[in-house]
Amino acid sequence: MQASIIVFPGSNCDRDVGHGLRSALGTEADFVWHTQTELPPGTDLVVLPGGFSYGDYLRCGAMAARSPIMGAVSRHAASGGLVLGICNGFQVLTESRLLPGALLANRTLRFICRPCTIRVERTDTPFTRTFREKQILHFPIAHYEGLYFLPGNELLALEKRRQVVFRYASTDGVADDSSNPNGALNNIAGIVNERGNVLGLMPHPERARDMLLGDASGAHADGTDFWKGIRDWADGRLGQ
Amino acid sequence: MIDYKQAGMRRSEYETTVRALGREPNETELRILGVMWSEHCSYKSTKPLLRTLPNKGERVWAGPGENAGIVDIGNGYGAAFKAESHNHPSAVAPYQGAATGVGGIIRDIIALGARPIASMDGLFFGDPSHPRTQSLSSGIVSGVAGYGNAVGVPTVGGKTLYDPSYSENPLLNALCLGIVRREDVISSKTAQPGQLVVILGSKTGRDGIAGAAFASVELSEDSKASRPSIQIGDPFIEKLLTEACLELRDKGLIVCMQDMGAAGITSSSSEIAAKSGVGMRIDFDKVPLRAEGMQPWEIALSESQERMLLIVQPEDYEKMAAIAERWGLDCAIIGEVTEGDRYVINWFGEEIVSLPASLIVDDCPEASWASRSPDYESAWTPREPSRSRDSSDMRDTLLRLLRSPSLADKSWIYDQYDSMVQTNTIVGPGAPVSLLRIRENGNMIAIALESDPWKCSLDPFRGGAESFAAGVRAVAAAGAVAIGATDCLNFPSPEKPEQFFELSEVVRGIAACGTELQCPVVSGNVSLYNESASGRILPTPVIGVVGLIEAPLSWIPSGNWKPGDRLYLVGKRESSLAGSHYQNVIDGKVSGRPMPFDPEMERSFGKLAHVTARKKLAQSARVLAGGGLAVALAKEALASGMGASLEIDPSTNDDVALFGEGGPRACYAVSEQDVAAFEETWRGFPCSYIGAAGGESLRFGSVSLPLDELRDAHSSVPENNGRRD
Repeated sequence: MQASIIVFPGSNCDRDVGHGLRSALGTEADFVWHTQTELPPGTDLVVLPGGFSYGDYLRCGAMAARSPIMGAVSRHAASGGLVLGICNGFQVLTESRLLPGALLANRTLRFICRPCTIRVERTDTPFTRTFREKQILHFPIAHYEGLYFLPGNELLALEKRRQVVFRYASTDGVADDSSNPNGALNNIAGIVNERGNVLGLMPHPERARDMLLGDASGAHADGTDFWKGIRDWADGRLGQ
Repeated sequence: MIDYKQAGMRRSEYETTVRALGREPNETELRILGVMWSEHCSYKSTKPLLRTLPNKGERVWAGPGENAGIVDIGNGYGAAFKAESHNHPSAVAPYQGAATGVGGIIRDIIALGARPIASMDGLFFGDPSHPRTQSLSSGIVSGVAGYGNAVGVPTVGGKTLYDPSYSENPLLNALCLGIVRREDVISSKTAQPGQLVVILGSKTGRDGIAGAAFASVELSEDSKASRPSIQIGDPFIEKLLTEACLELRDKGLIVCMQDMGAAGITSSSSEIAAKSGVGMRIDFDKVPLRAEGMQPWEIALSESQERMLLIVQPEDYEKMAAIAERWGLDCAIIGEVTEGDRYVINWFGEEIVSLPASLIVDDCPEASWASRSPDYESAWTPREPSRSRDSSDMRDTLLRLLRSPSLADKSWIYDQYDSMVQTNTIVGPGAPVSLLRIRENGNMIAIALESDPWKCSLDPFRGGAESFAAGVRAVAAAGAVAIGATDCLNFPSPEKPEQFFELSEVVRGIAACGTELQCPVVSGNVSLYNESASGRILPTPVIGVVGLIEAPLSWIPSGNWKPGDRLYLVGKRESSLAGSHYQNVIDGKVSGRPMPFDPEMERSFGKLAHVTARKKLAQSARVLAGGGLAVALAKEALASGMGASLEIDPSTNDDVALFGEGGPRACYAVSEQDVAAFEETWRGFPCSYIGAAGGESLRFGSVSLPLDELRDAHSSVPENNGRRD
């Protein structure tokens, strides 16, 4: 699988994603500067990494969504290629309308960085085929604007189309208000587009890759499975 | 024309200037010298004291005199680190003051050619019920978060204490650590004539003019009108500046680099000139400006953030400018390195400043202040013997301690910090020591930030040594060898003899600890005049200790009890309530004399703790710190999510045994199969079995405290500082 990581000015998880792919899959990703207008030939997966693109000024992701490279990212998505937006990358995807909705300020009006658990809602997307239905993943969160919002009717339609892929949930799988860190509607942590090839999520899979990280008792490496699943799909091992 | 007093100089300093120059300085020169000779830039009151700190060692690549210290962490890599205060700005404009404090220390690390990989913060807030404490503390925490999160350097830990002395004068100390390859280290001492002086980063504006002078006087009501002296931070630009500087480093395009912090262009350029033993010409009309009509002295002293001064070879400038442009940063040649010692500033062809560089940087007369010991003896006289209490008192005392703002859970603070970005954080905030993976060489770094102001107020020598030793012990318990330290000395005015005595004695204590434990102090800063009309701060040395764990990795976490683990207390049984959290919370004031510094015991503890970790003879380790044995056990239990049965009966152990502090002590959790090896390792050092882990409550003899009750107490947050929902 050939992955291209888009680097916007202010991205700060680009190197982490690169490291995650290297250590989980042994592959070197291409780092693509935002002023480029084409993706490297052969790109299977585009990753929009976390961080503070353009300082999060104006509105998170708004300026990055208008970067020159985003034209190529949209074309890649339109042709069925995989696009993954993590945290700020998810915000870029909603700002560029590749995904519906918006990420608003957390209900605490504070930045929140902590370990977090999410529940897998669908296993029939290219990003989640290695997981079990309702499996609990340990992916940490770190964001100020992570409250997923969509007006009532559209939210219903989103749910009906089964576009919700990840929901914040307790370790025993309960998705309720107490397991919702930021006030996201319906505990939504990640969604796909209707076609299923564009995923945005607030939690950071690249931070859940290494058993060494995290406190000694609570370390998890669900991120490794996440990357392997995407690789397997992209390499056609699981088919569609 | 302003006079020397308006420039912030003393008469004697002015006279020194006139003698050295053989003429009166002009206004711009006077303003430059006023700022460069301020306490903040010149360290004139503390230079003689700082010279006594140990700063040499086999591992030390760079020490005081550079932007930060660097110590060898193996395989050709070094850790560059420094702690710095940003107290006065944080008192006046908490968010921006804290944010720019973080930004400044990150640039100091970049200036050495290192990639910043971790930050920590020392926070000292006032009485939680004081009307300003809530806004100051939440503003400062937001500022640290807002800047650190955006710039992508994880905030991996810190220290937060509350005391009424900080109500009007909160403290914000920021530590940053970076990693650099030996051949990539950039110095500020290697400029040669003919090279270009380049400014990279933000444009220069009127913000923060003469902030260093502002930081060198006491806070007053007028300070709130000092907003123009406050710098405004832009972490987005800092992130771009970081990447641009590291790219320039990788391409070998930088001869020298210096952060523009206090006194901006003037201090960064004159320091490079003086340290390199060369002259310099700066053309102020070439400096990119963001405000119109700026006067030369304003350009000289502007503290606009996110700027770096670089010395480059003339033939490299084009390549450098291309990299700056790619990162969207301003870049301009503003001068040239020259032969000799002249520091010259031109303004549209006219020479407006001509001073010897060494005069600006090195020749500020040292200030010597009278020193007189306060009457410590009367506070040392024990007023009452240590109290034994009945069991309900013990329960109540422990819960009150856990609930006290200084000992309570700080997740309301550190949950706002991105502690994981860069994916090297093995143990982050909330633990006694933070552990980082060093991807470059497979080793690990342990960092602890410690301070014990109350003990310093009762016995500054012992308190200074204890503050330092506490950090050395914490990294040792995790399995690391302390290889270097950085100190921030936060004190009130040195001009009062008792206060100067206190400062000198704390430094003596730090020097003694560093020398005895072979842990050099490779960087640091001094913040004086931390007082206001309502009082002075406690003597507050903040010490960051950096430890190394070499591969093959073996370390011991904290809060990792497993059911059935045997619990041991290592270290002397005796300790002291003098200057303890117990006295603060229960008595409402501190008294008595803290434990003496015992280098022999400290060294033995360090050695044995290291062996214990190398052989992995324990599951969990926590040094005894604030709140003593009982609080350490409660924190271990809470972090482990497990209780214990302890053979420590409150009816036969007085409060000193339960809550006393000081000296090298730790509690370990040992698996049954390691018991013999553990006991053998600690033979010859005080070591006693105190109980076994397991169950849902912490049981001290007949006193049983359910974990839920402990958790409720520990998770209480200071008034209004909790979540808003």
